[in-house]
Amino acid sequence: MKRFASLFTQVDQTTKTLPKVAALKSYFEEAPEEDRLWCIAIFSGRRPKRTLTTPFLRGWAAEKAGIPLWLFEEAYPVVGDLAETIALVLPPATRDSDQSLTHWINVIRTLPTLEEEERKATVLDAWDQLDPIERFIFNKLLTGGWRVGVSQKLMTRALAQATGQDEAVITHKLMGNWTPDTTTYQQLIEADDPTADLSRPYPFYLAYQLEDGPEALGTPSEWRAERKWDGIRGQLIVRGGEHHLWSRGEDLMTDRFPEFTVTPDFLPDGTVIDGEVLAWADGAPLSFNALQKRIGRKTVPKKLLAEAPVILKSYDLLEFDGEDWRDRPFDERRARLEALVHELPSEVPVKLSPLVAFETWDALTTEREKSRDLNAEGVMLKRGDSPYLSGRKKGDWWKWKVDPLVIDAVMIYAQAGHGRRANLFTDFTFAVWNGNDLVPFTKAYSGLTDAEFREITSWVRKNTQQRFGPVRQVTPHHVFEIAFEGIQESPRHKSGVALRFPRMSRWRKDKPLQEANTLDDLNDMLRIYG
Amino acid sequence: MADVLTFTDRGIYCAAGDFYVDPWKSVDRALITHGHADHARWGMGSYLATEQAAPVMRMRLGDIQLDTIRYGEVRQIGSASVSFHPAGHVPGSAQIRIDVGGEVWVVSGDYKVVSDGLSEPFEPVKCHAFISECTFGLPVFTWDSPKDVAAKLNTWWAIAAAEGKTAIVGAYSLGKAQRILSSCDPSIGPILTHAAIENTNEVLRGQGYSLPDTVRVTAETDRKAYRGALVVAPPSALGSAWARKFGATTTAFASGWMALRGVRRRRAADRGFVMSDHADWPGLNSAIAETGAERIFVTHGYTSVFRKWLESQGYDAKIVETDYDGESLDATDTSTEDAA
Ligand SMILES: [Zn+2]
Ligand SMILES: [Zn+2]
Repeated sequence: MKRFASLFTQVDQTTKTLPKVAALKSYFEEAPEEDRLWCIAIFSGRRPKRTLTTPFLRGWAAEKAGIPLWLFEEAYPVVGDLAETIALVLPPATRDSDQSLTHWINVIRTLPTLEEEERKATVLDAWDQLDPIERFIFNKLLTGGWRVGVSQKLMTRALAQATGQDEAVITHKLMGNWTPDTTTYQQLIEADDPTADLSRPYPFYLAYQLEDGPEALGTPSEWRAERKWDGIRGQLIVRGGEHHLWSRGEDLMTDRFPEFTVTPDFLPDGTVIDGEVLAWADGAPLSFNALQKRIGRKTVPKKLLAEAPVILKSYDLLEFDGEDWRDRPFDERRARLEALVHELPSEVPVKLSPLVAFETWDALTTEREKSRDLNAEGVMLKRGDSPYLSGRKKGDWWKWKVDPLVIDAVMIYAQAGHGRRANLFTDFTFAVWNGNDLVPFTKAYSGLTDAEFREITSWVRKNTQQRFGPVRQVTPHHVFEIAFEGIQESPRHKSGVALRFPRMSRWRKDKPLQEANTLDDLNDMLRIYG
Repeated sequence: MADVLTFTDRGIYCAAGDFYVDPWKSVDRALITHGHADHARWGMGSYLATEQAAPVMRMRLGDIQLDTIRYGEVRQIGSASVSFHPAGHVPGSAQIRIDVGGEVWVVSGDYKVVSDGLSEPFEPVKCHAFISECTFGLPVFTWDSPKDVAAKLNTWWAIAAAEGKTAIVGAYSLGKAQRILSSCDPSIGPILTHAAIENTNEVLRGQGYSLPDTVRVTAETDRKAYRGALVVAPPSALGSAWARKFGATTTAFASGWMALRGVRRRRAADRGFVMSDHADWPGLNSAIAETGAERIFVTHGYTSVFRKWLESQGYDAKIVETDYDGESLDATDTSTEDAA
């Protein structure tokens, strides 16, 4: 655990990439293999499950610290993190321990099998031999939901450096539904064939946003355009007579979307298709809301299945006949994909995302303007000769979204953030005018710089009118431009509308309070875009 | 027995001696615990402070009518007898003991119980009522030993020096800055100071406090010639144009708040050292216990929680509203920069 605690300290106390990667690299070179595997699991979101409920932990920690529970509860919001609060209140350890990370994870995993008294004894015994940082890590593993300041990308880079393998190969090897129980470090990282695991997806290729028009991309004839659909990016894998559906966030969605159960009957083994999962009816996409209802459900009731059926709007072919096709040019992959999908009977929910024909960039600009009417977010541009890369890479793929809708709104409530942002106000509620009243219509959390968040935080502290628990009502004063991707009617909201992806796009310090937009403006937008 | 002190909107008042302790509005006669701006304010008719606190107060407040007193010396003011005792907070800081007819009250000002090697070490004073700060009055605040903090600071500096970078640490100009200076290892490299800090250093050196040699940064200083140096500057200078002139730097902030990971991470500095001039949770509790006092008045910090805690421990505890600041959480807020 000491080695892992030292790794954690090093990556936690810097925001810079190089020292993080260097620290990870040496960990992957020096730590015992089983610890390396757990480290990879933790940093790629495969944490051990939470094995204890937090009320137990709070009580034990307060008792061990010799303080009443109410005092512990007062300190917790100041710290903003339960695992840290516990680590801070406990008295110093009386012993020292050389046990490994894996040892402590195994201790945690045995807890559910123990009686309550034994559990308590086990946890107290652990606390008594771990130093403050080790305790923090132990508690984090105990309480679940740990986000470390290390992206999977950085970890992959460090692993690539430590093992002398290509980053893309490591990325591929880390995908899929492995856990430290189903594999070993040797199998996962050192073994040669990443497709040995039939369910393992390929890393997704992600496009950058095209900031200025497409003219700088050169000759239009070298590029292919598609609609940018507003669904869930998905990878459909048919191998060994079975199918798997992966999301971009590496969630296995197979059971959520039973529509695809038929695919192994029609698609040949060794086929992997990249596309967009969309709720679809009568030849057109349903609103994202319809899809949202499906996302939350592990099992789908019949009624919902009929109301919001999904399809995979497919746009790329990554594997064919068991062969990795990612290095072939887009046009070749696309031609093969079209042939494959055209042969499918209409009841198979795998459809083609059609190419958008254009001769000139002007023509494409006109096409892009139709996006909102088609329930699309914009257009995608892909170079005809481009391979399928892994991760977000500049150059061959671009997304060219329609400009967001914007509205100027007044900040009326503020709430502190969580974790790293526990001391900053980051969650705000915004309102528009309705006569002399301000009607709240949306919340927004992102879009400001750290400096702006600090500035608004200090303003909120001085301009709080009332507190409702964690929420502060502030003097209406600041106007923000709120950008969003879509607007829908919503009876659940006081304003009658719900926005999609709202964020603060600009702090309108130039705009007087009275010039913020009105509820009428919002309703006009609803009529046009809703 | 009558109350020795009352709490007014001008400050803590002693009727028996007709004087105030650390008043925040203008009064005729002020007894001052220490030179921080929230305790020693401008505009009092006369001041009484320790001999050790006086020079910095003169530097900060200019031409004031200031009388001094030795630690432990007893002085009769009206029907109150008054003495000053080390508070361990910053050089020259004192707790003020006020005895009226055998009823003894002590105003602590700001204090810490662990010796920093520079400030006169905290001395517990027996009393009936104790007026205490509680800036860090929550059980999550426990400081590492000064030795451990010094080791972390020196390791950070040495690594920066080896990488050819200048290490800039933000610290308040009275107290924290000198603690950093006396904790650091001058064999690692040269030590530079911001003018705001060096002014205080000069005064303290003149009094006989031992500080390592430092170089004052002026407009003429060739800052890039001091690669590998440690620079001590007010927190507000971190990230400023002043700091950027040093070229490649790594920055740190020293404060008790750095004990919290969330605060450490949102601070725009590369490192955070847990170093405070205020008592931690065990320090507050041991200091209060050692006074033997039954009545405790808490002035600034986590007052409502700390009061409730003291009550649960059998004390008669009350909150007193004052104008004192704790250790500022917001380094960018220069108005409270030296109020600590
Ligand atoms: Zn102070
Ligand atoms: Zn103070």
